[in-house]
Amino acid sequence: MNSRTREKIDSLLKLIFKGAGFLTITLLAGIFFLLFSNSILFFLDVSPLDFFTGSQWDPDTHFSIIPLLVSTFWVAIGSMLLAVPLGVLTAAYLSEMAPRSLQTVLKPIIEMLAAIPSVAIGFLGIVLVGPGLAQLFGIQNGLNALNGSVLLAVMALPTIVSISEDAINAVPKSHREASFALGANKWETLFKVTIPAAFPGLIAAVMLGLGRALGETMTVLMATGNSAAIPRGFLDSVRTITATIAIEMGEVPYQTTHYFALFAIAGLLFLITMVINLTGEFFANRLRKFDA
Amino acid sequence: MEEIKLRAENLNLYFGKKQILKNVSIAFPKNQVTALIGPSGCGKSTLLRSFNRMHDLSPDAKIEGKLFLENLDLYDKKNSVTDIRKRIGMVFQKPNPLPKSIFENLSYALNIHNYPKHSIPNLIEAALKESFLWDEVKDELKKPAVKLSGGQQQRLCIARTVVLRPEVILMDEPCSALDPLSTKKIEELIEKLKENFTIVIVTHNMQQAQRISNKVAFMYLGEIIEFDTCDTIFKNPKNELTQRYIGGHFG
Amino acid sequence: MERKHFVNSFFWFILGGSTLIVVSFLGIILWDIFSKGFSSLSWAFISSFPRDGMTQGGILPAIIGTVLLTLITTLFSVPFGVACAIYLNEYAKPTLLTNIIRASIRNLAGVPSIIYGLFGLALFVQALDFGTSVLSAGLTLGLLSLPYIITTTEEALKRIPNSLREAALALGVTQFETIKDVVLPKALPGILTGVILTLSRAAGETAPILFTGVAFFINGISASPYQEFMALPYHLYMLSTQHNEIEQVRPLAYGTATVLILVVFSLNSMAFYLRFKNRTQD
Ligand SMILES: Nc1ncnc2c1ncn2[C@@H]1O[C@H](COP(=O)(O)OP(=O)(O)O)[C@@H](O)[C@H]1O
Ligand SMILES: [Mg+2]
Repeated sequence: MNSRTREKIDSLLKLIFKGAGFLTITLLAGIFFLLFSNSILFFLDVSPLDFFTGSQWDPDTHFSIIPLLVSTFWVAIGSMLLAVPLGVLTAAYLSEMAPRSLQTVLKPIIEMLAAIPSVAIGFLGIVLVGPGLAQLFGIQNGLNALNGSVLLAVMALPTIVSISEDAINAVPKSHREASFALGANKWETLFKVTIPAAFPGLIAAVMLGLGRALGETMTVLMATGNSAAIPRGFLDSVRTITATIAIEMGEVPYQTTHYFALFAIAGLLFLITMVINLTGEFFANRLRKFDA
Repeated sequence: MEEIKLRAENLNLYFGKKQILKNVSIAFPKNQVTALIGPSGCGKSTLLRSFNRMHDLSPDAKIEGKLFLENLDLYDKKNSVTDIRKRIGMVFQKPNPLPKSIFENLSYALNIHNYPKHSIPNLIEAALKESFLWDEVKDELKKPAVKLSGGQQQRLCIARTVVLRPEVILMDEPCSALDPLSTKKIEELIEKLKENFTIVIVTHNMQQAQRISNKVAFMYLGEIIEFDTCDTIFKNPKNELTQRYIGGHFG
Repeated sequence: MERKHFVNSFFWFILGGSTLIVVSFLGIILWDIFSKGFSSLSWAFISSFPRDGMTQGGILPAIIGTVLLTLITTLFSVPFGVACAIYLNEYAKPTLLTNIIRASIRNLAGVPSIIYGLFGLALFVQALDFGTSVLSAGLTLGLLSLPYIITTTEEALKRIPNSLREAALALGVTQFETIKDVVLPKALPGILTGVILTLSRAAGETAPILFTGVAFFINGISASPYQEFMALPYHLYMLSTQHNEIEQVRPLAYGTATVLILVVFSLNSMAFYLRFKNRTQD
């Protein structure tokens, strides 16, 4: 091949890569477009006021996202209450106390936790955690918000631990040394200097963990009982946005109000997770700058 | 009158809005070593790289003026950039062997440029000998090139350029990452290579420039301040800036 | 002195205890599933169809379905994902637009998987009329995988120093040849690690395939990409929530969960191994 031909092939391939790149990007942009356009079709039928203020989700008559939204946050925030302290303390242990050899064992173990499919975690919610909670609280079955929170906590922990650990590691040594020089002991330094300094990174950890918990489907679908009412406590059954889509999308007739309604709640979930992930990434980027 | 191999005419180069090279005109004589000297950041590398079109991939680089290899307009769209780069080779500041074996580091470009298969081993042997590397590596040509020492790597990079028989070899501070012994070897190598190649070398080391070069160009803030024979520049510079620079007063 | 000693052990206890709890989660999960699941495992279990209203028999069609599904996912997401990453990292000029695109792609990795399911339903099942099929589901999972593959591939490409690209270009090698012969081979272990991790995630996903083609039960398997299919994760979901005789099929559910986790873990171990080997090499 002479160099002319080679250069022609080169420009052709550049075009092909560009095409593939743009096709991919277009497909992914299609997700925005689909959610947005179908949500608009939904709001032609149902007023946003009813959607955001009602209290009932009943696909024949009432489309109010409130019970689903409250359920979603109820479970997700419950999971954060469990996972954040555990995750941050574990991260502190890993980065400040664990000997190197132990770190190299523990980190893959925590990564393995992240690899377990959500359907398997949901299964455990049914066969293990649910019955356990039922016994503990003396209730009929354990398929409720608390069950979902426990399971989502387990699923969010790997994210929270690994980002918190990065955050704590990124705190410059000099901060710690200054604290020791002032006579503070190891613990005072950890809780009064290191963790506060790592705070932006810890927010990133919580946000990205929360994003994961809010968007999880199978676990909550299997473990929380799926009653579409506004929960009053952690022992109530709940039904999240994701579970609602999973349950109803299979049966809904094409392009009916109900069909569009499912896209509308998906669109809202999309926006919520996007804002939370962006916030998380904003803080994670600050962490990186801190690092540099 | 010496024969001119490579030249620039009224070259202006910008990165974004920042002008890096200002109206540079310079002509490099054939089969000689020309050294580019000047304080750090004055545009030596930028000038060197514009001759084998290494700026093509920097989106914000803008070039005005003309560059020629003999009569070949280097930036004419009609001319093949890969041919140009084959005829004008380059050796970089930090040795950058390809992540392949010693042999493949040399055979790779030969294959790309369609050298007949059977001729390749001989060409490689000749280039390695020419680069004073053959005796050190002849028994381990299959070894990954990154396993060589820094000095050997740099000689491999020179061999990799030499094996293509370019007309010009551009060298951007080829010894700055090397120990004195390796530096000495490379200087000897350059001394020999100039019989067959036109060499333009950027160096920070005044002694080195004096030892190896026939002509020297002194650059300052993107301009060629003075360009003359090695002797004139070092013993009898005309420009005051040149005097101060070679006297070690700045940079 | 006494007090200091007490404080020390107290905090040590809290931090170490948290870590122990986190680690024990994995232990509990694996213990519960494996201890009850291994007894269901047998050659017959993985090599036969379900029988008697799925209260007996094995999970062969679910295994085949998952393999087929992952294959389609791979065939779609790897070429496009890698090509897109190459475009972004090697060709695209670093403008504001490319940075926005990059940020959006990173963000798409955080979009709930069920939303991909909706998109797959609307695009592949309905608009392109592939129907509920292994093709639609595989493409849906492919879309879900794309952001991960693009991001990890781009990271792998970024780790290749520019000096290597310049080395090849300066020899008169074209940009594509440089990418093909120098950049990609060097980035391959990193790309492969990302791809395997992504596929292991895709193989365990349930939500995106719920309404794009997964079936409760099929009684035969053909090579057609337009057929519905069974898949391990959905089979587990179905056995544990949808089946009429949930208590009776529990051993089958445990067996399915065991197989699913083993599949995912072996993929992950491959990725860990690659990453480890890659690190020790550098
Ligand atoms: N790719 C680039 N983009 C923007 N500015 C650059 C780029 N490369 C070099 N420069 C700038 O051009 C000037 C000259 O650089 P260079 O040619 O490397 O100097 P020298 O080799 O003489 O030390 C410097 O100010 C440098 O910051
Ligand atoms: Mg330089």
